[in-house]
Amino acid sequence: MSYHPQLSADGKLKHLLSTEGLSRAMIESILETADQFVSVGNREVKKVPLLRGKSVFNLFFENSTRTRTTFEIAAKRLSADVINLNINASSTSKGESLLDTIDNLSAMNADMFIVRHAEAGAAHLIAQHVKPGIAVINAGDGRHAHPTQGLLDMYTMRHYKKSFHHLSVAIVGDVLHSRVARSDIHALTTLGCPDVRVIGPKTLIPTEVERMGVSVFHDMYRGLEGCDVVIMLRVQNERMNGALLPSAHEFFKSYGLTSEKLARAKPDAIVMHPGPMNRGVEIDSPIADGRQSVILPQVTFGIAVRMAVMATVKGA
Amino acid sequence: MKGSMKIEINNGRLVDAENHLDQVQPLYLADGKIVAIGRAPEGWKAGKVIDAAGKIVCPGLIDLCARLREPGLEHKATLESEMLAAVAGGVTSLVCPPDTDPVLDEPGLVEMLKRRAAALNQAHVYPLGALTAGLRGGQLSEMVELTEAGCVGFTNGDKPIADTVVLYRAMQYAATYGYCVWLRPEDAHLARGGMAHDGEVASRLGLAGIPVSAETVAISTIVTLMRDTGARVHLARLSSRLGVDLVRAAKAEGLPLTCDVGVHHLLLTDRDIGYFDSHYRFTPPLRSPSDRDALSRGVIDGTIDAICSDHTPVDEDAKNVPFGEAEPGATGLELLLPLTLKWAEQAGVSIAAALQKITAGPAGLLGLDAGKIAVAARADLCIFDPAAFWALTPQTLRSQGKNSPWLRRELQARVTHTLVNGALVFKA
Repeated sequence: MSYHPQLSADGKLKHLLSTEGLSRAMIESILETADQFVSVGNREVKKVPLLRGKSVFNLFFENSTRTRTTFEIAAKRLSADVINLNINASSTSKGESLLDTIDNLSAMNADMFIVRHAEAGAAHLIAQHVKPGIAVINAGDGRHAHPTQGLLDMYTMRHYKKSFHHLSVAIVGDVLHSRVARSDIHALTTLGCPDVRVIGPKTLIPTEVERMGVSVFHDMYRGLEGCDVVIMLRVQNERMNGALLPSAHEFFKSYGLTSEKLARAKPDAIVMHPGPMNRGVEIDSPIADGRQSVILPQVTFGIAVRMAVMATVKGA
Repeated sequence: MKGSMKIEINNGRLVDAENHLDQVQPLYLADGKIVAIGRAPEGWKAGKVIDAAGKIVCPGLIDLCARLREPGLEHKATLESEMLAAVAGGVTSLVCPPDTDPVLDEPGLVEMLKRRAAALNQAHVYPLGALTAGLRGGQLSEMVELTEAGCVGFTNGDKPIADTVVLYRAMQYAATYGYCVWLRPEDAHLARGGMAHDGEVASRLGLAGIPVSAETVAISTIVTLMRDTGARVHLARLSSRLGVDLVRAAKAEGLPLTCDVGVHHLLLTDRDIGYFDSHYRFTPPLRSPSDRDALSRGVIDGTIDAICSDHTPVDEDAKNVPFGEAEPGATGLELLLPLTLKWAEQAGVSIAAALQKITAGPAGLLGLDAGKIAVAARADLCIFDPAAFWALTPQTLRSQGKNSPWLRRELQARVTHTLVNGALVFKA
C-alpha cells in the first residue's frame, strides 16, 4: 500500500497524526524549527506572521482546557485566527456525524483543524476526508496518539540531554490508556534511543507492547535503575477502585515517584509529566517541584513545538 | 415453486466432493430435481439448454449466516436486495440469524419472513429463532412454537448470554426436543468494550482489545454444559487457534458439536486494519496470522465443518466513523464463493474440497437433503466460471451493503447461473 496518512506524495508533512511513521529527519527538523520559536515567547511582541490570514479551528470533542489553550497560543503567535469549538456540547449531541461537522467547518474556509477526540483513529478519518490544503493536527485520539505531546517531550529531552543515543528512558504508570506513552515510544525509537522502558502493573501494560521496541518492568525500583529520563503518566481517577487498580494509595506505593525510587535513576535524571498531575498518586509533591523536575519547561516548550508543527504542515 | 421446465446443462464440469464427482457430464433437471447425470432419461426433451462449457457446476451454496435485515433494519438492506445478492452469489440456501428489529422470537414473525422470502422465489431461507426473548439473555423463547413456524435452530446471535444459569437452562430445554443451539462463543465480560484482537496491532493503535480468552472461556463453558445437558451445539464463527484446539478436543470426545468460520477470517488478520480501516472491523475480531493459519488448518482437518459468509450489510454512515464507533461486519453473500476459492488456492486445497465446506458441509449439520449433485436430489445448483476475474465495486454488488474490505479489488470466480428447485433464478 503506497497510501501514507500524513505525508504528501513528495514526502512533506501535510498532517500530523502520529509520531509513528515520521522519519528521523522530519522529527529533527520540527525540533530545530521549534528552537527558533522558543525565543519568540521571550520577546516583547510575541508574534510572527507565518500564518497570517489563516483560520485554525480547535475542534475538541473531548474537553481539555490546557491542551486547547496551548494550541490557541501557538496559533496566535503565528498570527492565525483561532476558532475554538467544544463539540461534545453542541453538534454531536444533536446527532450530526463527525464528518458532517468537518464538512460544515470546511465550508467556512478552515485552513487547519486541531482535533481531539475520544476515539482512536478519529484524526486519521478526518485527515482522509478533508479537501487538499486543509491540514489536520491530532491533539489526542483515544489511547492512540498525542503526537505534539510526544514531540515536545523529545524537545525537552534533547534540551537537557542533547542526544538520544545513550539515553535510558522510563515511562511509568498507566501505559495501557496513554496516548502520550505511545507517541513518546515511537518518537524515541525513531530518534535512536536504545533503551525505552515501560513500568507499571500488568493491568496497565498493553498486550505485546514489547513489539513496539520497549522493555517491560513491573518493579519500579529495577525499572528506574540508571535511567536518564523518567516520564510519569497521569492516572485517571476512574481507573482507581476497580478491576484495574485497587486504590490510589496502593498505586502510589508501587508506582508513585518518590525520592527513594528516583534515587535509582542517574543523579542527573530529569522528571517529566504531560500534565495535569495528580500529586500523591503518581508523583510525590517534592519531586514534582524538585530540582530534577522539568515539568514546567515542558509546557513552555510545548508552545514552540506546536508552532513548529503548524508552520511545517502549512509549509510556512 | 418448482421449475416445471426441463433443463439440460451441457459441457459443464460437475463437482461434488461428497459423491466423488468431478468430471464433465451433462445434467438433466425436471420437476425441481436432478433426474439424470451423464445420460438423458428416456424420451428426454429439454425445454431449456444451458451451455456450461469452461464452467463448474456445483451444488448451490449453503450459507450458515446471512443477515437479511428484515424486519426493521431496511436502511441497511431489504429482503429483496439481499435475496437477489444470495442467488447472484450462487447461494441457494441460507440461514438467517434472529438479530432483526423486532428480533425473531415470535412464531408470527418467523412465518411472515418465511412467507415473504418464499414469495420471492429465490434462495431457501432457514431462520434461526432467538434463544431468549428479545435476545435479552433472560427468558427462554418458545422454541417448540418457533420450530413449528420454521426455525432450524436457536441462537442469541452476537449477544452472548452472560448468565450461565440461563445458558444452562436454554441448553437443557433445547436438548429436551433435540433442537440445535447455535452459539457464538464469546464471554460477555471479557469482550466488553473491545474493538479488535488484543495483540500487537490493537496495542499500537490504542484500540481496546478482545482477548482470545473471551473465546476460549466461552467454549470451555459451553462444552462443559454440553456434557451436563446433552445439548447439540453449533459454534458460530471461530476466530482463534486456541478456540480451534478446544473444538477439536471436544469433537474427539464425541460431543455433538459442529462449528463454522467466517470466510474473511480465513484470509485476513488484525494487521489488515492498517490505519483504522473500519471495513476490517469484524465480530469476532480478525486475529493474528497464527490464528488465521490455525483456522485454515481446522477447516482442512474437518474440525471446522463449514465456511460461511457472515453476511452483514452495513450502511456507509455506520462505517464512516472512527473505528471504535463503526459497526462491525462485511457484505458477504456475493463473496462467499470467490473468497472460499481464494482461500483454497492459498491453502493448497482442491476446489472440490473447498466447495464441500460451503455445500455438503453446511447441509450436513443442518440436516438438509441438499448440497449434492445426485439423481433425485433437489436441483439447487450454482454454475460459475472459475477463471473469470471481476472487480468488486459498489455497482457490481447486488447487496445493499457495499461494505467490504475487498472493494476496488479484483476477485476470481464468477457465478453465471443459479438454479433453485430446478428453476433458473439468476443469470449473469
